Amino acid sequence: MSQRSNLRLFVLGALMVSLVLTLLGRLFYLQVLTGEEYKVAAVNNTVREVVEPAVRGLILDQAGRPLVSNRTSLVITVDKLELERAPEGADAVIERLGGILDIPAEGIADRLKPCGTEGAKPPPVCWNGSPYQPVPIAQDVDPQIALSIMEQGQRYPGVDARLDAIREYPAPFDVNAAHLLGYLGPVTETQLEEQGPTTAFDRLRRTDVVGRSGLEAYYDEEIRGKPGVTTLAVDTAGRVTGTLEEFAPEPGDYLVSSLDAHLQSVVEEQLVAAVQRAQRQGYPGDSGAAVVVDVKTGRILAMASYPTYDPSIWVGGVTQKQFDKLMESGSLASNATQGLFAPGSTYKVISTIAAGKEGFNLNGSYDCPSRVKLGTQVFRNYESAAYGDISLARALEVSCNTVFYGIADKMWERAGGDDAGREAADPIAEAARQLGLGEATGIDLPVESVGRIASRDFKAENWELKRDTWCKNAVEGYPETRKTDPELADYFTALDQENCADGFRWREGDALNASIGQGDTAVTPLQMAMVYSAIANGGTLYEPRMVKAIMSADGEVVKEIPPIVANEITGSRAKQSIRFLQRTLPGVTTDGSGRSPFAGFPLNQIPVASKTGSAQVTGDKVSTSWFASYAPADDPQYAVVMMVTQGGTGSKTSGPSVRKIYEALFGVKGSDVDPRRSVLVDGKPSRDLPVIRDDGTPVIPLGKDSGLPEARETITARGDEGGG
Amino acid sequence: MASMFPTKSSDAVMAPSRDRGGGYWRDLDWILIIAALGASLMGSVLVWSASRADLASESDPQSYLKRHLINLGVALVLGIIASRINYRWLRAYTPVVYIASMVLLLVPFVPGLGVTIAGARAWIDVPLGLTIQPSEFAKVSVILMMAALLSERRDREDEPSAQDVLLALLVAAIPTAIILVQNDTGTVLILAAVSLSIIAVAGVRTRWLVGLIGGAVLGVLAAIQFGLLQEYQVDRLTSFINPDEDVSASAYNANQARIAIGGGGLDGYGLFEGPQTQGNFVPVNESDFVFTVAGEELGFIGSTLLLLLLAVILWRAIWIAWKADDLYGRLVATGVAAWLAFQMFENVGMTLGIMPITGIPLPFVSAGGTSMMATWIALGLLQTVRLHSLAVLRSQV
Repeated sequence: MSQRSNLRLFVLGALMVSLVLTLLGRLFYLQVLTGEEYKVAAVNNTVREVVEPAVRGLILDQAGRPLVSNRTSLVITVDKLELERAPEGADAVIERLGGILDIPAEGIADRLKPCGTEGAKPPPVCWNGSPYQPVPIAQDVDPQIALSIMEQGQRYPGVDARLDAIREYPAPFDVNAAHLLGYLGPVTETQLEEQGPTTAFDRLRRTDVVGRSGLEAYYDEEIRGKPGVTTLAVDTAGRVTGTLEEFAPEPGDYLVSSLDAHLQSVVEEQLVAAVQRAQRQGYPGDSGAAVVVDVKTGRILAMASYPTYDPSIWVGGVTQKQFDKLMESGSLASNATQGLFAPGSTYKVISTIAAGKEGFNLNGSYDCPSRVKLGTQVFRNYESAAYGDISLARALEVSCNTVFYGIADKMWERAGGDDAGREAADPIAEAARQLGLGEATGIDLPVESVGRIASRDFKAENWELKRDTWCKNAVEGYPETRKTDPELADYFTALDQENCADGFRWREGDALNASIGQGDTAVTPLQMAMVYSAIANGGTLYEPRMVKAIMSADGEVVKEIPPIVANEITGSRAKQSIRFLQRTLPGVTTDGSGRSPFAGFPLNQIPVASKTGSAQVTGDKVSTSWFASYAPADDPQYAVVMMVTQGGTGSKTSGPSVRKIYEALFGVKGSDVDPRRSVLVDGKPSRDLPVIRDDGTPVIPLGKDSGLPEARETITARGDEGGG
Repeated sequence: MASMFPTKSSDAVMAPSRDRGGGYWRDLDWILIIAALGASLMGSVLVWSASRADLASESDPQSYLKRHLINLGVALVLGIIASRINYRWLRAYTPVVYIASMVLLLVPFVPGLGVTIAGARAWIDVPLGLTIQPSEFAKVSVILMMAALLSERRDREDEPSAQDVLLALLVAAIPTAIILVQNDTGTVLILAAVSLSIIAVAGVRTRWLVGLIGGAVLGVLAAIQFGLLQEYQVDRLTSFINPDEDVSASAYNANQARIAIGGGGLDGYGLFEGPQTQGNFVPVNESDFVFTVAGEELGFIGSTLLLLLLAVILWRAIWIAWKADDLYGRLVATGVAAWLAFQMFENVGMTLGIMPITGIPLPFVSAGGTSMMATWIALGLLQTVRLHSLAVLRSQV
């Protein structure tokens, strides 16, 4: 046979080999490389799941009072697909539904639009669940109305009523704690993607709600529980051919918080009082925060932020109007953990520790002039007071800036002055870092701000980041501003020329500002509370914790969360400095800037260590009022920090409220101290965990300590009478 | 490649022992038979698994399996008969076979006799509730007829004359046209591939070959362009490109098939355990989509084994073509090899989502009597070619 025929046959054979290899390759890809995906698809095809949602775990305070619980609610849902098939059109049905439920039809329409589609409002108003899932449009509907909707099925196609377990806020003592407790929302697309393809019965489903902020989010997995799932096998026609698996629902675990509802309510009240005090002085007093920490464990006993909002507005989804209001008021973020503020003079404790470590004589005498001049800049004391030669302790008591300027100036010179590099010694920044500033505290909440420490490092980093803009502006000379205000343009240009040329340099002025907590330093009130806790307990920096235990719904302890040490201040000089502060700070309250708010307070029985701060903020006309403290100074238990932005001085605005908090903690009335009067049930944070009855209800303190209306109290306490 | 085309001197299997002489049973290509039987056996089990669920509620859940085994038995007998046909006789009577099968191909158009299945009017109703698909036999007869025509060399020239090629094309064109009218797109594609393979191996000038391939491609494009194909045919041909976006029936089939195969993973769910198979999610999985059963229940390991068995059949067919004594034998074997290869690729390829969905069975594996009989007859013809080649070889010694 011809060569040509042989060659053609050979090519045909080769073609067949490649066809077989193609099939094998594709088979390998489908089955081995991507098989898992298809397994999930096959399962989705052949099984139907009947899901009974798990009851979400409660969040209790340290005494067992429920901060977040559940209740059932009659919910009206709309199946969008069915609604759209309505012969008279979806709009007519929505209009009718709005009428009978007495809510605007527009709101219902907005709620039904899937997020991301044209004309949809931003979440949480739009629907971010599955399009195949009924959308809840009204909560707590009157059973009569629900019944009449159900009876007229044809007039309301796709509309259904069901009983949902929803979150409830019993609010003992009218406590708010919105930022701490958080809220729920539909599971996000990202969470579903992160989960990957899985068929596990306790996976997240599109219909699930999950914690979206606060404790609800941080401990979501623990309190979510496991849904009851019955997996049915079905054939192509959807006929049930058998039961494959059955899982009973498991209720979520309970969180036992270290918060005390009674104390929290006092702190919230006192924060508002401080804000009002600022406003009475004619200051804006626009925001604030307060934190109470157990200094021996780092547990948070109370934490408040102003402004706040009603946590129950999230239940069942907020309306656009509510959401806009929330965003506008700036109340969604917690100032205690997310707000960043200049610490002002409360930072001097850090400068003191740095001074001690650097060998400055803590018992020496330092000059306190009314001002320090540096080139054209003048650095002053508060109200330009001059005290002459005073001790360092006295400098803290009266909050003398110029003493700390002097110390910082010496440190700056020692490090090499203007020519020192980025790596040169920066003792104050170093002490701040050791006390946890510029870093996340590690609190068990999903978000917190890190803050920053004014330092050589920060300045160099910042310069690298902004150099290009500065240099560009320096060359261009602000042509826009120049048209209207050539003088200002000149000023800006000169500033940027300087910044462009050597904005990385840690100038003498920077060092001076940093020593009194001004300049670039920014902290969260929580960070400052942890600093004062560490001073109080002799140098242990704890990670703040909101939850002390996780318990099962039937009362077993699942996990106790021990105090976590973030850092330990070591070194004899540093320890000495802390002891020096412990000796000195009570003097601030008795003889210094903290004296006036504590006038008449039984300091002989409950000595209070404190430090005031009135931080200047660029752009604000009024200083940020800080009052940082701990007590009793001779056996520290609690650290209390409060601040109000544009609130005036620490002692006038925040101080009186801090005093009230101590009065509540220790049971102070006039000059009389009686622990039985304390807002804490046993006069101190409970060591024991609350008792949870078999039916899942927690045992709560009775009478005035319950903080709940009598009706609710008897319901939750009923098991107690039966001897449970 | 080396093992597929060994040199003559080292060809121990092909060259029979000269001292002992040949014999029908001794000379048969047993590797081919064992591979084909292996594939058929796997096919029977897969068909059983696929049909069990459909028939669970009926009186005899094994009825499909029984019918399948009966078909296999009949097919084996036909294959043996084909393998015993005298070579010269076969060639002489090829025109008769061809004309007969063309007539048979027209029968489905006769009202009362024709049956339409899955959009294709390609079946003949016969008693006992059976159906015959004459296009399967047409493939065999086209192969025989083209081989006969193209191996006829009037002036001992080295390549077929233009007249022979045109005649061979006509031989292929007649059944192709009929089958196209019957809406059996898959078979048309197979016939085109088979014809091109035979013409190529027959040794036609390369220019003509290129022209033919180009013409075929243009023809398909023109058919789509000018609406000669029904819309659903175009859909079928294009839906495999984007199966996830298409919700038409054929895209549904393609998706379900891929879910079944992909879900099988490395080692499969085990026989009778595939959720897609047992839940009847994949359509016609006892015939056209039978490979999904292998994929889902036997996994990558089992379906690779099945593909390898089929690959062995292809290898033996090409080898027989390579060793054929004359051009006629080579072209017959080439035609059978090309038929089985392209049909297998198209069928498995469509279940894997790399080929369009067409209604053709997987040779040796799918349920379907006519297809099974035609393929076993083709195997018998391969044996005939081999037996003849060995006999000639022996006589030359």
